[in-house]
Amino acid sequence: MNEAKSLFQKLWDSHLVRPETAETPAMLYIDLHLVHEVTSPQGFDQLRARGIGMRRPDLTLATLDHSTPTAPPDANGDRPYATDAARNQVETLQKNCAEFGIELHGYESGHRGVVHVMGPELGATQPGMTVVCGDSHTSTHGAFGALAFGIGTTEVGHVLATQCLFQRKPRSMRISVNGKLAAGVSAKDLALHIIYQIGVNGGTGFAIEYAGESIRALEMEGRMTLCNMTIEAGARAGMVAPDEKTVEYLRGRQKAPTAELFEARAAQWLALATDEGATFDREVEIDASLIRPTITFGTDPGMSVAVTEIVPAAKNASAQRALDYMRVSAGKSLLGMPIDLVFIGSCTNGRISDLRVAADYLRGKKVAANVRMLVVPGSESVKRTAEAEGLQHVFIEAGAEWREPGCSMCLAMNGDTVPAGKISVSTSNRNFEGRQGAGARTMLASPLTAAACAVAGCVTDPCDSIASSEVA
Amino acid sequence: MQAFKNLHGKLLVLAQENVDTDQIIPARYLTTTRFDGLGEYLFADWRFDSDGNERADCVFNSTTAKQSPILVAGRNFGCGSSREHAPRALLDYGFRVVISSEIADIFRSNSLNVGLLPIILTADEHAQLLAMDGLEIAVDLQAQKIMIGDDVEFKFSTEAFSRHCLLMGMDRFDLLVDADDDIKAFEAGRAA
Repeated sequence: MNEAKSLFQKLWDSHLVRPETAETPAMLYIDLHLVHEVTSPQGFDQLRARGIGMRRPDLTLATLDHSTPTAPPDANGDRPYATDAARNQVETLQKNCAEFGIELHGYESGHRGVVHVMGPELGATQPGMTVVCGDSHTSTHGAFGALAFGIGTTEVGHVLATQCLFQRKPRSMRISVNGKLAAGVSAKDLALHIIYQIGVNGGTGFAIEYAGESIRALEMEGRMTLCNMTIEAGARAGMVAPDEKTVEYLRGRQKAPTAELFEARAAQWLALATDEGATFDREVEIDASLIRPTITFGTDPGMSVAVTEIVPAAKNASAQRALDYMRVSAGKSLLGMPIDLVFIGSCTNGRISDLRVAADYLRGKKVAANVRMLVVPGSESVKRTAEAEGLQHVFIEAGAEWREPGCSMCLAMNGDTVPAGKISVSTSNRNFEGRQGAGARTMLASPLTAAACAVAGCVTDPCDSIASSEVA
Repeated sequence: MQAFKNLHGKLLVLAQENVDTDQIIPARYLTTTRFDGLGEYLFADWRFDSDGNERADCVFNSTTAKQSPILVAGRNFGCGSSREHAPRALLDYGFRVVISSEIADIFRSNSLNVGLLPIILTADEHAQLLAMDGLEIAVDLQAQKIMIGDDVEFKFSTEAFSRHCLLMGMDRFDLLVDADDDIKAFEAGRAA
């Protein structure tokens, strides 16, 4: 019998309150429940309707991110919500957290942020955990060697009440990435490349482990970007085995263990790595050295090309609809296509390393006159760090807007929208029709590519200017 | 959750592939703190133009749509966001069943949790249904089959526990609450 276990198998086995049978799914225990204002109110209502309290408020962490304005409050401290409904939604979470005794990182906390930026930053996300949130990008937390996935609001209610979920075990996939990423190519380009390779439905029914030398070489923030985009390939969970980088990232963070306990935990975390000889239902190999700065041209994240490539012919009516919506032509290059907006931010690319890359590119340059550029830090903490480094001055001097933290233009439910018909080059995760506003046309790219496009005023290859600056 | 009854009804075909939950209900309608009335926003950007007028070319505005409890959708339906508002909007609009050759994981589990039956057919069976817009079929969850007229029958498979919950109108919430002893034992085992 093969005793070798994968990281996923270890995570699954260690959280079984009840194992699955032919008749019933497993009952899985949840170590960390992240809560935000959009997908939680009806979950709390379920508790009230049944007269049930919360089981483990101490394993629950809340923040405000989706509906919050990214313009600062006025002189009276009033925040410019897009609608009264948005304000009500935020106030509802504030009330629910007070009523049920949940730690809320609201406007006064200093740690408020996009939920998938905040959790890791606080050290709340740790290896070996199960992490859920009413948000599909919960897969982000898998970067720490956690089993992390998005759930619906009914399930949010289940976790609030019992800290458990009914789940069928997904199949396992290992994506091994080897070879060195070229200069100017980031975790975002790798993520888009993988989605292109396996398809937007390639991961359906699977939990994915990312392995190989290119993954080991990624810093924690890059791993978070990669795991974040796992859901765009259809898989609910993506994960990376903990290593020394994981341990060092967590050391000293607010919610991480301290002193001897930390060292003891670190040893346990490192032991979570997939055993030699463990098997997977599907194995995929990726050569990282072949990846170039990548951009999407269609209306799902799998429709991407290297920025220097031509747009491929539509394979069917659905793909043709995407080209028509985006107003791009098969057989033509995207280079030089004028753009209207650039958005740097989101749970995918709103971390400090993302902002540094964009700022480094923009230093001493100007955003093109035809482009509006928004830079939205992923959290208050990211914002503080960036300001301590003076990055806000770089952005503002280049002509970009330096905003308050939040999800912002990634899903455009807080009033930050791309106008109908306009093109946005965005560091977020979804280029669906209307995702950034009704009629908006979104092209997903890395922070570096987005910054380069902002300066050029059109789609451009960021490696052109890297090459020329290296020559100079 | 309402129990799922066997039903006869017309098919509405939406052949587009990879229809994501942002299409099913755009994010700007998610600021509600309730779940009622979401059908009004179902496919809002497809159904209405920027002035709020119904688009004649949208399948959801056809007379068939308003009488169809069964949506036959293109491959990989419901991808993207985990918003439970998506299956709830479909239910509120009048759909009881969504059929495709592939349905995204989170949308499928949300559907099962709220009483919308997701059915996955083979690519070939799915292709046949995509060409049957407006046809009346029968869906039998107990027997896990779709009947088209007297002759054609497609079998499908729904996870045993979800099928039981749907047929009984049984809520997982109560089952989890009833498992308190096991949860306590698990917590005690970890603390030890």
